[in-house]
Amino acid sequence: MNHYNKTICFYFQVHQPYRLAKRRVFDEHEQDYFEGPTNYENQKIFEKVAHKCYLPTNALMLELLEKHPDFKISYSLSGVFLEQCLEYGEVGKSVLDSFKKLFATGRVEVLSETYYHSLSWLYSKEEFAHQIKKHADLVFKLFKKKPTVFRNTELIYNNEIAEFIREMGFKGILAEGWDHYLEWRSPNHLHNPKLAELHSEDQRIAKENRIRKTLPKDFTLLLKNYKLSDDIAFRFSNQGWSEWPLTTDKYAAWLNAADGETINLFMDYETFGEHQWEDTGIFDFLRHLPEYAYKHQIGFKTPSETIKAYDSVGEVDVPHLMSWADMERDLSAWLSNPLQESALKRVFDLEHEIKSNLTKLSDEIVHDWRRLQTSDHFYYMCTKYWNDGDVHAYFSPYDSPYEAYITFMNTLTDFEEKVTEKIKRSNVDSMHVAIENLRVRLREVGSEYKTKSLKS
Amino acid sequence: MQVLMFGWEFPPHNSGGLGVACHGIVEGLIHNGQQVHLVLPKVTPEMQQFDSKAFKLLNAHESGGTVNAVKLSSTLYSPYATMESYRTFLESIKKNSSAPQLYGSNLMDEVYRYASQAAMYAAEVPHDIIHSHDWLTTEAGIQAKKLSGKPHVMHVHATEFDRCGENPNQQVYDMERRGMEHANRVIAVSDFTKQMLVKNYGIPAHKIDVVHNAVKPEFTQYQKTHSLNEDDQIVLFLGRMTMQKGPDYFLQMAKKVLETNQNVKFVMAGDGDMMEQVISMSVDLGIERNVLFSGFLKGDEVARAYQSADLYVMPSVSEPFGIAPLEAIRNGAPVLISKQSGVSEVVKNALRVDFWDIDEMANQALAVLQYPALQQTLMERSMVEVEKMTWVDRAKDIINSYKRALAPA
Repeated sequence: MNHYNKTICFYFQVHQPYRLAKRRVFDEHEQDYFEGPTNYENQKIFEKVAHKCYLPTNALMLELLEKHPDFKISYSLSGVFLEQCLEYGEVGKSVLDSFKKLFATGRVEVLSETYYHSLSWLYSKEEFAHQIKKHADLVFKLFKKKPTVFRNTELIYNNEIAEFIREMGFKGILAEGWDHYLEWRSPNHLHNPKLAELHSEDQRIAKENRIRKTLPKDFTLLLKNYKLSDDIAFRFSNQGWSEWPLTTDKYAAWLNAADGETINLFMDYETFGEHQWEDTGIFDFLRHLPEYAYKHQIGFKTPSETIKAYDSVGEVDVPHLMSWADMERDLSAWLSNPLQESALKRVFDLEHEIKSNLTKLSDEIVHDWRRLQTSDHFYYMCTKYWNDGDVHAYFSPYDSPYEAYITFMNTLTDFEEKVTEKIKRSNVDSMHVAIENLRVRLREVGSEYKTKSLKS
Repeated sequence: MQVLMFGWEFPPHNSGGLGVACHGIVEGLIHNGQQVHLVLPKVTPEMQQFDSKAFKLLNAHESGGTVNAVKLSSTLYSPYATMESYRTFLESIKKNSSAPQLYGSNLMDEVYRYASQAAMYAAEVPHDIIHSHDWLTTEAGIQAKKLSGKPHVMHVHATEFDRCGENPNQQVYDMERRGMEHANRVIAVSDFTKQMLVKNYGIPAHKIDVVHNAVKPEFTQYQKTHSLNEDDQIVLFLGRMTMQKGPDYFLQMAKKVLETNQNVKFVMAGDGDMMEQVISMSVDLGIERNVLFSGFLKGDEVARAYQSADLYVMPSVSEPFGIAPLEAIRNGAPVLISKQSGVSEVVKNALRVDFWDIDEMANQALAVLQYPALQQTLMERSMVEVEKMTWVDRAKDIINSYKRALAPA
C-alpha cells in the first residue's frame, strides 16, 4: 500500500444548530425554545440541507467508496445534528441511515467533538469534558464506533486544549494550518503540539474523563491546508477567481505539486450542494477526484491512519486561541462585542446553580441549558460582518445581530426563571415530605408514650 | 460645474428638514469643487456661510422679471406639512428674526410667485444644470429649463403621501408629478421614497437616483442628565405630532412596555395637530403618569433630550428619510426606528420594526432597557456609522446624477 507519493486526509464537519424560536419578554412560559424563528424552521432547514447536501453527497461518497477500495474519508457529526436526525421523521432517518452505511464500510472515520458544538472550553473545562463524553456515547450508540481523534468547535485550538485532549486519551487533534503560527513550516506534515502545563484542577478533570485507561504513546497535530481546502469550500464557484473554473485535473495537479506527505482537506460538509450548489459542478468535481488523484500516485487516509503512517517533523507552538473562521482565524465571530460577551457569560453563569441542583431539575432542563451553549447562537450576534456589509459571511436566520441577541436573552431570562422556580418547587416539595415525616414520627412517639404510660 | 439651484428655505431661517438638507447639499457640492447659485424666496446676510466665489445667494424678488408659471387648478389646499404648521413656521420666523417678511401668507400663491420670478435667473446666471427641491420649487426648475435649455434635476425630500397618507392634496400631487415628469433626472432621499415615486407617480425607476441624506459633523458633549427619578429610564419621541410620525403607535408601545416594566418614563417632545388627541389618548390608556409632554424643543434642548434618553423611538408611518435618528445617535442614544423610513436603509446598527407591530416594538424597547450590553453596542456602533455619513460623500452621488442628466439620452 505504500506506492503513494502522498495522501489526502479528508475531514468534513456536519452540524445543525437548534435555532431559537422567536421570544418576547412578555411571552408565556413553557413553550419549545428551539423551533427556529418561524414555525418548524429547524426541521425545514434540516430537510432542505438534507436534500441539497447530506443525501446526495452521502450517496456519492458511498459510490466512491464502493468504486475505489482505497478511498477514505472522515466526519465529525455534532450531537445536536444527530439529535435532529433522530427527531425529524423520515428525512432524518434516511440521513442517519446513509451515514450508518458510510461508517459500515470501515473506511470512514468518525471524529470526536463537543456534543453541543459549544464554546464550553472557554468557560468550563468540566462542561467541555462532559460534552465530549456525551458525544462519544451517542456516536457509539448509533454507529458502534469510538472516536480517537478530536476536533474542537470551529477548530478552536491552542497548546492548552491539545494538552487537555491528550490527557483525556485521544491520539490526535485537528487545527487550522495558519501561517501566523506555522511560519516557514508546511501543514502537509505531521506535528506535535508544544507541551503546555495544565492547571492542576483542569488536569484532574481531564483525567477523570479519560476515554481509555492508558494514554497513547504519541499525540499528533493534524493541520488543515487551508489554501487547498478553501479552493473547494469557498472559491470553487467564484467566477471572479483567476483559476475558475476549477477542474479535477487542475486540482489534482496542484495536489501533486504540493510538498509533504499528507494534504489535510478540512471543510464544512455543506460545501457540497449547499454552499456550492449542484449546478456549479461540485459533485462532478468530487466524483472524479479519486481517479485523478490516483493518476498522480496520491492516495487517501483517514486521520487515524495518517497519524499512524507518518512521523512528526516537529513542534508547533500555538499559545493563543485560534480557529478556522474568517481572515482573523480568531474567536471574533463568536466573541467580539458586548452582546456576545454578556450572553455567553450569562449562560455559563448558570452552571453552578444547575449542577448543584441536578436532582431537582429534569434532564430536559439541563439539556435545554446545554443547547443554549451552541456556538451558532453567538455567531448570529456578531456585528463584524454586519458592519463590513459582508452579507455572504453572515448566515443567520435573523434580520440583525440585535434581533438575535434579544431573542437569545429573552429566552435565557425565561429559562433562568424556570430553573429558579423548579428548584424552589422541589425545595418546597421536599420540605413537605420532611414535615410529613416529622408528623408521622411525632404520632409514633406520641403513641409509644401513651402505651408506656398506660403500662406504668 | 455651475449649479442653478432653487431652494425654499435656508438656515438660519428654516423650519426644519428641507433647509437643513439644502444646506448640507450646498456644502457638499462646494467641497467637491462645484459652484452653486442658490435662488431663495428671500435672502438675508446670515445665509452667506460659504466662500462667496463658490456660493452665490440670489433673491427671487430681484431677478428683474417674471415668466408665466403654469398654474394647476385646484379648489382647496393645505400644503407644506399642513397649512397650520406653515402658519406656525411663519410665526416662529417673525419672532426670531428682524428680517423683513420672507414668505407670503398664502403658501400656494407664494409658490407660484416664487416660480415666475426665480426662473428668470436662468437667462442671466451661467449654469450647466438646474436643481430644484420638492414641489415647492420644481415649477421654477421647469420654467428655468425652458429659458436656458439646461437639464433639470428634481430632488424629492418628501411626497404628499408622506405628509397626508392616502388623502393627498390633488394640487400638490399634480405639481410633484409634473415636476418629476419634466425633470431629466429625479433624486430621491431613499429607496423607500423611490418606490413611492414609482408606485404613486408612475415615474420609471431608471430615471430615479437614490441619494441618502447625511448629517453635518458636529462635536457634542455627551452627558446624561435629567431631573426625573434616577431609577426611571427614559424612552423618547421627538418630532411633530402628526399622523405621519406615528405618536399614537408610540403610546400603544408605551402601554405594552409598562405592563412589564413600570420604571420607564416616556417623553414626547414636539407639537402638531395631533397634540390634543395624543394627550387624551395617554389618559384613555391609563398611562398618563408615565408620559411626559415637553412641547416644542429648540437648539440645545433637542441635544439634551437625546442625551437624557435611554432609547429614542421613531415610529413613523411614512418617513422619506428621517434625520432625527441620526441626531439621536450623535447624542448617544440608541435608536429604534420604523421600517417605513429612509433612514433605516442607512443605519444598520439600529433596531427596526414595522410601525404597526406594537408587540415587537415593545419587545425591542424592553430589551434595550433590560440588557445594558444591547444599549451599549447599539450606541457605540451606530455612532461610528453616523460619523462616516458626510455630505461631501453624498454630493458625489448628486454630481453623478447631474452627469446622467447631462448625458445625451
